[in-house]
Amino acid sequence: MISLSNYLVIGALLFSISIAGMFLNRKNILILLMCIELMLLAVNMNFIAFSYYLGDLAGQVFVFFILTVAAAETAIGLAILVLVFRNRRTINVQDLDSLKG
Amino acid sequence: MFQQLVFYLFTGVLIISAIGVVTVRNPIYAALCLILAFFSSSAIWLLSGAEFLGIVLVLVYVGAVMVLFLFVIMLLDLNLDLLKEGFIRYLPIGLGAAFIVTLEMILVLNMPAFKISQPLASLPANNTEALGKILYTDYAYPFEIAAVILLLAIVAAIVLTLRRRTDTKLQNISEQIQVSRHDRLRLIKMQAEK
Repeated sequence: MISLSNYLVIGALLFSISIAGMFLNRKNILILLMCIELMLLAVNMNFIAFSYYLGDLAGQVFVFFILTVAAAETAIGLAILVLVFRNRRTINVQDLDSLKG
Repeated sequence: MFQQLVFYLFTGVLIISAIGVVTVRNPIYAALCLILAFFSSSAIWLLSGAEFLGIVLVLVYVGAVMVLFLFVIMLLDLNLDLLKEGFIRYLPIGLGAAFIVTLEMILVLNMPAFKISQPLASLPANNTEALGKILYTDYAYPFEIAAVILLLAIVAAIVLTLRRRTDTKLQNISEQIQVSRHDRLRLIKMQAEK
């Protein structure tokens, strides 16, 4: 049978893949946003697994709210990204250092 | 047995596509890999009794958020070679961090407390109806806050990307309506021409 730890290990693997992605793609804000989406997916996977194995719907309600907030975050993040690209003609994180003293 | 097979199949696809998201060169392929990851995790959610959220994941993420991603990627004129440099340089530290996190989590998650293979209590049979019932009663206030957050996202995204151009001959309606006679008309007393 599929046990709870199987689901939790999937969540852990997804989370560490996205951590590795943050290190590897530290120049490209687009991929960084996608890595954040993957991290939220890993967290949601844990919520769903616990909701199933404990028979409690509260976990699914939390996943619902996380999906809402993540959609809002992505929309605002992409809007800021478009704005940055329009002003600086680049989305390289290393070039965005005008606040550096 | 069949359920187990499907579970491991979708898990494999999910992990491979997640690795694809962080390693492929072209952001469009990364977005497509992310869509595949969302699809397979939606299937895993369907297997574990979260039917409504599985469908919502496909509708909201694949249908809206990823389309937005693809739209932005194609809108921007990116220099891919510049964005991918440093990939090899950061590979050891990235893999090291990921390996340590995975190792720690797997050590914790293999405790006997997480080895439950049967649900302790069963979820209601009609997932959508049960979710709706507690969402509109117990969680009514957080639900309203979520709605306000979505409104905030709409307003913020529009205001951020709105471009005010100065060279267009756009009418300002409120200024036009508020105009009075003194602004436009000047009465001059002068001698009559002979």
